Parts: sequence; C-alpha cells; structure tokens
Amino acid sequence: MRDVLPRSEPVAAAGTMGEPQARGRFGEYGGRYAPESLVEACREVEETFREAWADPGFRGGLARLLAVHAGRPTPLTPAWRLSRELGVQLYLKREDLTHTGSHKINNVLGQALLATRMGRRRLIAETGAGQHGVATATAAALLGLEATVFMGERDMERQALNVFRMRMLGAEVVPVTTGSRTLKDATSEAMRHWVGATGDSHYCVGSVVGPDPYPWMVREFQRVIGDEARGQCAAELRTGVPDHVVACVGGGSNAAGTFAGFADTPARFVGVEAEGGAGAARGRLGVLHGCRSLFLQDDDGQITEAHSVAAGLDYPGVGPEHAHLRDLGRARYVTVTDDEAVGAAVRLARTEGIVPALESAHALAWVIRAAGSGELPAGSTVLMTLSGRGDKDISTLKELV
Amino acid sequence: MTNPTLTAGAVERHLRARRDTGRGLLMPFVTGRITPGWTDCLRAFAAAGADAIEVGLPFSDPTLDGPTIQEANDTALARGASARRILADLAELPDLGVPLVASTYYNLVLHDGPEAFCAALRRAGVGGLIVPDLPVHEAGELTDVAAAAGIELVLLASPATPQPRLEEISRRSRGFVYAVSLMGTTGERDTLAASAAELTARIRRGTDRPVLLGFGISTPDQAREARRHADGVVVGAAVMRRVLDGAGPGDLRAFLATLRQALDQECDPPR
Repeated sequence: MRDVLPRSEPVAAAGTMGEPQARGRFGEYGGRYAPESLVEACREVEETFREAWADPGFRGGLARLLAVHAGRPTPLTPAWRLSRELGVQLYLKREDLTHTGSHKINNVLGQALLATRMGRRRLIAETGAGQHGVATATAAALLGLEATVFMGERDMERQALNVFRMRMLGAEVVPVTTGSRTLKDATSEAMRHWVGATGDSHYCVGSVVGPDPYPWMVREFQRVIGDEARGQCAAELRTGVPDHVVACVGGGSNAAGTFAGFADTPARFVGVEAEGGAGAARGRLGVLHGCRSLFLQDDDGQITEAHSVAAGLDYPGVGPEHAHLRDLGRARYVTVTDDEAVGAAVRLARTEGIVPALESAHALAWVIRAAGSGELPAGSTVLMTLSGRGDKDISTLKELV
Repeated sequence: MTNPTLTAGAVERHLRARRDTGRGLLMPFVTGRITPGWTDCLRAFAAAGADAIEVGLPFSDPTLDGPTIQEANDTALARGASARRILADLAELPDLGVPLVASTYYNLVLHDGPEAFCAALRRAGVGGLIVPDLPVHEAGELTDVAAAAGIELVLLASPATPQPRLEEISRRSRGFVYAVSLMGTTGERDTLAASAAELTARIRRGTDRPVLLGFGISTPDQAREARRHADGVVVGAAVMRRVLDGAGPGDLRAFLATLRQALDQECDPPR
C-alpha cells in the first residue's frame, strides 16, 4: 500500500539534494506517472534500491567495481593554460577518463548490480549519444546479463561508432524510427518494451528522469562525481570549495551527481543546456516518461523536438530535481549554441590537449563566455565536470571544424 | 459530502443499466480528427450498437500505445489535430445516445490545468476520461476536479497490480474499471491473453462496478471470450488499423456489428 498512502520518511530540507519528499517529489516535480502496468516494477526497484543503498556489502561491491573496472577515482585536472587565458581558475573533473569514456558507467554499474540483486537477467536501456548504451552493454557483459538498447535512427547515423561498440559488446541495438528518431523517442520505446518485459528485465534509465525512484536513484549513483570532486577541491583549492560548479544538462545526470557533492556549500551551481534543448531554461510544467517536470511543448501541449549538435543533450525536458533547484534559485540554467560548443571543444583540445564530448563542451562554452563577460569575476574558482570524451563526436567535428 | 461510491455518474449509470439487462458492453475507440469526416465514425459506432465511445485526444509521445495507435496519433497531429479542435467538433454533434469518454496522456490535462481541461470536456458533452499515465496514487490532483465538473475519471488496472491496490483502483475509479488484459502496449493480438481472466476475476472480487477489458481485443472470437470474464470490451487498434487502411464509416459499422453480434451471443441472464 506504500504507493497509495504517502510515505512517512523525514522530509529533506529543500535544496540539499537529500531524499525526495513523499511520493518521489522534488518540490512539485517528480512522482511516478507510470502506466499502471509499470507501477509495481517501479515499486520493486525502489524497494531494492533502498535496501541496497543501506547495505554496506552492496556499496562496497559497487565501489570496488567502480575502482577496478571503471577506473575511479577520476582525476581533478587544473586547466592551466586555458585558466590563464580566461583569467579564472578552472578545474576539470575528468569523467572522460572513466572506462567507456563518460560518467554514464557510474550509474549503469549501480543499476546492473541492482538488477542482479532483483534476479533480472536482462537490461533495457535508451540512449542518445550512445554513451549510456555503451555503458549498459559493458556492464551487461561484465555481469553476464543481456542488454537491449533502444536508439533513435537519426542518432544511430550520428553515432555509428557507438552503435558498433554496443554490438561488439554483445548488446542488441534496436533502431527507433518514430517521431524525431532521437533520445525522446528511444525513451518512449524503451518504456513500451519494459511494459512487456518486467518479469525478466530491468529498465536501466540513463539520466535523472523517469518515474520515481529513477531521478533520485540515478543521482545517488552519480554523486560519486561530486563526492570525489569535493575531496579533491578541498585538497587542491586554497578556498577548499569552488566558487562555481558547472556541468552540462540534457536530462541532467552528470550535473545532478556533481551538484550533490556540493549541496551544503556556498558554491553556485550552473547547468548548461543546449540552445535547442533547454528544458530547464525554457520548458513548462508537464508530464513525460513517468515524471512531472519541465518540458518543451507547443501551444497545444504537444512535446516539441529538441535539436542539438550533441546527441546527448537532444532531450526536450530536464530531470525533476533540476526543475526544483531552478525554482529554489539554488541552481541556474543557461544555454549555449551549437557553434559555441564546437568552438569550446576546439579550444580545450588546443589549450589542454583534451578533446571533450560535445555535450561537455557546452559546459565549457558557458565558462568561456561568462569569463569573457565578467559574469565569472577574475580569479574565481570554477569546477567543471568534463562528462565525456570526444571520440564519439569526431565525425561530427570533422564536418564542422 | 455524500459518499461518492454511492453516487454513480451518467456514464456509469448508463453502463450499469445496459449490463444489468445481460448485455455485453462494447466501447470502440477512435483517434480524434484522424480523418476530415471523423465524427461520422462516432455515428457509425452508435448505429452498430456501441455502449460507450472512446475518443483519443492525440499526444506526441503515447508511451503506452503500440504501433497502430501511434501511427493514428501521428496522422491526426500531422492534420493539425489538437484537444481544443477535437472537442469543438464533438460539441457540434447531436446527442448520439451513447456516452463519450475521452482518453489522453496527462501532459495534455496539465497543459491547461485540470480544471480548465475538465470544463472543456464537459462543454463538449464528454462524460468520462481515461489517462493511462495517471495511476491511482497520482490521481488525487484530478479526482475531485473531475468529479466537480461531472467528468468520470476511469482508472486502469493491470495484471501486475497487487490485490490491495486493485481494490483501491476499483473503489476510486468512476464510470467503469478499465482492465488492461495483458502486460504490454495497445495493439492487436492473435489471442486473448491468459492474464485477462485472472485480472477480471480479481477486480470483481472487490467491486460490482462495470469492468471493461481492453488491449489486444481485435476479433469477434476474442470479444466473445472476453465477455465470459468481463462486462464488456474496449476495441481500439483493430478499429484504427482499419481507419488507417482507408475504411470508411460503413466499413467500421460492419466490423463493429460483428463484435456486437459476438457479445450478444455470449450473454448473461438479465439481473
């Protein structure tokens, strides 16, 4: 009956990024707007996650996998040359150096362990840029599970390399030909598939979206980014805590994980969205893919298609906790254009010898712009999560640079 | 306030009255504005013996619908369909003598807000509402608003729903209880799922509200079999596939007549 009656857990103080309030709420956002057929499966995921997250054995097992398989902890890299050019002290949290090349592996290893705990033999996933799909295929191979990944046909063309990687890892990649043939449609298709497969499959949602408990659970699995960075900043920065914490936001998982490590500090949070996918900056209240949040929609309430050079930011909404942080004023959400992002990618490559994913390049583009405009005062310290490496984007960059 | 379980709305009264004569209930579905003369489908449904008519208000991301209803959604949206225009069409229809039940995803309800949305349904002569992504534990925001506007909010039950929750759904549903026959999306199937019988039996343990089985019921044989377990059937994808293949109102009327006949053959003794 816990789905019907409000739970009585203590309510987290607003904005501290603790547990969601009753019924999976972050302020007015979140919830479990799932078809009735999926409600029981969501409840089971929540129950298992609560148990596992309180179980030192599970946490220890996950920490070990993250260390020996995914290569954690990732370094905090001072961007020396770029910092001098910009007049700020920029530090990069290097999620691009994880196994599979993006932060997605943090969440997927957690959910894959959870799937085995629930006795599931298969992972279902949606993917945009392919990074979450590759991470899912990797975790499935590692733990002896099957993987079925839904990917928009348009993204399969843009990210052909990742499609090959997933198949090489033994995953089935299912092209999605409906709608805009991108992440939104892949997510819809994965949910439809899950309805018929709850008995043997776990839906491994890739971002802080979806029905409760996913936005909370995925943030918890990603908070390793913020927790590590917190310790590294304490050791590295004179001030201990950076003035600004910046990350790109599609659904918002690397940003949520990063912010979570600094929620109790005075650091200012900035989420950077793609100009054509600015759910937090320009969305309005709605319900999609199981949660209540902010979504781009037309005057009739139809969800509009997002457009971004970065496939991972091609999502017309944002995770519910980000919507809440925005309302509270705890985080600010800004946008950058495709051109700014591509320019930032090139600049990072040439000043620091790092080719970032186009998603992560959005965060950097804002740092560059804000340092130039004085919005980031000279000398301020900035922590930016470099969520992934740019190898997957080489063919796109080849055409644009 | 009166106990709401004692005061059935117009849709439920209509369905109960028909059911209590021993009749198997038939609720065909049409996606609003799927064709220029789409309201002729409603007349055809009524003429073929429908007991209620479900009108889909298309949404861009129908996560519980299979390929046929998805295609119908896309086709209607490409023709400029919107909830507002569909309801305007309905408002111009004469009374068909059959209750109208709208179905859509919750984003469209939230877009104008539950109060304005329910008021618009009421003005268009719609009596019921189905929202497949609004499960019972999230329905509080809409329940009272709908009731105040005279809209009966129909809740869905699934084979995976545990018994205490099923009883909550049966108690809070209005109009009827929508029994989702299988663990899957909407769309035609070769056979009626085995889960259908078990689910309807579990629902009926806790309520005498009409129970309609939906999802995957596409043929007279399946309707006949479904009728053995439930008070009636919802037929969506089988209708919409015909519409997408070019069927006109006459064809739909003929198809529904076969379902009507099948349901009439499998009748209970009148209560």
